[in-house]
Amino acid sequence: MRRSLLFIPANSPAMLQNADVFNADGVIFDLEDAVLVSEKDAALSLVSEYLKKFKFDNLEIIIRINGLDTPFSKDDLDCIVNDHINTIMLPKATYENTLELSKIIQKIEKQKKLKKKISIIPIIELAKSVIEVNQIASVARVSGLLLGGEDLATDLEVDRTEEGLEILLSRSMVVLAAKANQIDAIDTPYIKTQNEEGLLKDAKKAKGLGMNAKSCIHPNQIDVINQVFSPSEQEIEDAKKIIQVISDEKNKQKGAFSIDGKMIDKPIIERAQKILKKAKDWNL
Amino acid sequence: MRNALNRFVPDEMLPYQGLKHFKQLKTRKCIPEVLTKNTDKSVSSISALFDLIPIKDGMTLSFHHHLRNGDAVLNMVAHEIKKRNLKNMTLAPSSIFPIHEPLVELIKSKNVTQIITNYMNGPVADAISQGYLEKVVIMDTHGGRPQAIESGALQIDVAFIAVPNCDSSGNGNGIYGKNACGSLGYSIADMKYAKHKVVVTDEIHQEINPIEIEAKYIDYIIKVDTIGDISGIVSGTTKPTKDPVQLKIAKDTVRLIEELGYLKDDMSFQTGAGGTSLAVADELKKKMIKYNIKGSFASGGITSYLVQMHEIGLFKDLYDVQCFDHEAISSLSRNINHHLMSASKYANPYELNPIVNDLDVVILGATEIDLDFNVNVTTDSNGKIIGGSGGHSDTAYGAKLCIITTNLVKSRTIMIKNQVTTITTPGESVDCLVTERGIAINPLRKDLIEKLKDSKLNILPIEKLLEKAYQMTGVPKDKEKSNQIIGVVRYRDGSIIDSIYRIEDDKS
Repeated sequence: MRRSLLFIPANSPAMLQNADVFNADGVIFDLEDAVLVSEKDAALSLVSEYLKKFKFDNLEIIIRINGLDTPFSKDDLDCIVNDHINTIMLPKATYENTLELSKIIQKIEKQKKLKKKISIIPIIELAKSVIEVNQIASVARVSGLLLGGEDLATDLEVDRTEEGLEILLSRSMVVLAAKANQIDAIDTPYIKTQNEEGLLKDAKKAKGLGMNAKSCIHPNQIDVINQVFSPSEQEIEDAKKIIQVISDEKNKQKGAFSIDGKMIDKPIIERAQKILKKAKDWNL
Repeated sequence: MRNALNRFVPDEMLPYQGLKHFKQLKTRKCIPEVLTKNTDKSVSSISALFDLIPIKDGMTLSFHHHLRNGDAVLNMVAHEIKKRNLKNMTLAPSSIFPIHEPLVELIKSKNVTQIITNYMNGPVADAISQGYLEKVVIMDTHGGRPQAIESGALQIDVAFIAVPNCDSSGNGNGIYGKNACGSLGYSIADMKYAKHKVVVTDEIHQEINPIEIEAKYIDYIIKVDTIGDISGIVSGTTKPTKDPVQLKIAKDTVRLIEELGYLKDDMSFQTGAGGTSLAVADELKKKMIKYNIKGSFASGGITSYLVQMHEIGLFKDLYDVQCFDHEAISSLSRNINHHLMSASKYANPYELNPIVNDLDVVILGATEIDLDFNVNVTTDSNGKIIGGSGGHSDTAYGAKLCIITTNLVKSRTIMIKNQVTTITTPGESVDCLVTERGIAINPLRKDLIEKLKDSKLNILPIEKLLEKAYQMTGVPKDKEKSNQIIGVVRYRDGSIIDSIYRIEDDKS
């Protein structure tokens, strides 16, 4: 379960050192756009050594590799696919390159006899990615879809706006594909790092569309994102009440019953269970 | 001889015996105040004053530091000492800054052989750390200094008081004038108890209101071209940090204050200047507005941020012993509840009701903190003097909740030590440590631990925090101290809490 994923440039020692202190659910070490071509090898070496040395509790380690069509991706994967990471993030995903990546990872897992199964988060940032999003989401190793709003706008030849109308359909398609395949729908970062109000509005909009997580490019954005994508205190209290009532022997045989005048049935019970699991996992 | 914290204390000095012992000391001893008999107070120059008093070898001269790194008065006097080649002088400025570099030569040539101060950084601190001062430097607290002066433990022959705005009889304040520096609170004990009191000013006016420096104590007035450079007053930054690690520390600090029940109407609060301190104030401000909380007072060194909070009604009063920026200075002239406060009223342990004792929460920094929660803000980990208590140990003692905020690891240096290099503030008076990787509560504060038992904050023993730091950096090798004591840290009751040792001369 994810709410917040923080991008960190893989070539910045100071930022790596504090990657795990900000309460993000996952950290994306970026070998792609954040790193100059001349520094690709140094960044790979730095993040690889860093991950060998440090252990992380309750933090998903995600590596954004360079695109499979670049000369860097093979070295990235050979070096970084190991038991120290959880997930590979694939830029400019298509159905074809997502399948290809899955096969490469499978091969490395076997070769290195990894204990973990490495998952994939494809970035939906091309018009083609959006068109193929349901197929991409159906690849077994894919655990979430990240909408890449900035690159997508470039591909669509439109300007990004505060309202986000230009990516509305793509956002919704990512949500639908993710939900249909029971994986995470992760929203694009909000790039105005000093605008907390704008971030809050954007995150609420994404949540309203069905996104269950959001990526970010600055640690100061994490609290707002976690707040938006976490169940509220009221939701947790209501869920507790529901679970308490269904635990009662006399209610166990009933298909539906009411609490405070509201009808409670199976979907609402499942939702309550999910909320309580989130509350527990996120220490709410 | 060893004190209660097992720190070495030079034989002739009084060892620190712990807070329990300190709390039993209740008798205030004051020498008589010294009133002036002079009516014609004008003196043409510093040099003329040296002849008039006269200022001789072996005397003790005092200064205040409200002009901070813009102060010119101490250097004027130092110049005269050098010109006359006076020897064995003792200087007692409330603080020393990099601007006071000319003192280094006087220290090396034995013109100045003793210094008593509350804080120092820059070239003078470096020279003293390297062992150039003949006698041991005494590092007092802001509350301990007036206590030492009024009790006669620190006898001042001549107090030089830089006053930005005064009249011809010696009444003055720091609120107006081209070099307005705000409160003159650190000079009040000097004004009352020194044998000779000299106002050094660059502006003389007819009407003085309010009167902080009182003519009845002032013997001489010297008008000079300028007493300093106003731009040197600003202490550090005036805006909250944007560093995400420090912002996290600030947010967690305010959550801690809230969970411990101190975020409430009538709360009183103190924090320093600097990015993290202002970020704590900023977070507190947001929460106070959110919950519609009206605090009673904020105190200490006053920043523009505290002025803002006062002006929007979050704190009813400001008690000001020094101004950290120009906005704080101008606030004194427009906000009637922004009050001037002497160092004694602020923090003298023998004052009937010092402001520090009414503080609910104080947020303090640390150069190092150890497993017993002892805090060092006097030296760095190599033993070089880089600061001093100022009001650190006074407020830590007085406040109901003392929180230390610091990065656990800063540029690969761990802030938690098994034992701090130098103890400034005893761990007995420190309650909580907030770092980016967790919060530690002093085991002595069982009440706080109980209150936080269901907290969602990341609370863990300080030893665990240290372990975490070791996992990141490895275990650093402790630097061995030299055998030569070059200074002592004097706790607010006059006892010695630690010694400071000579370091190697960088240039040797």
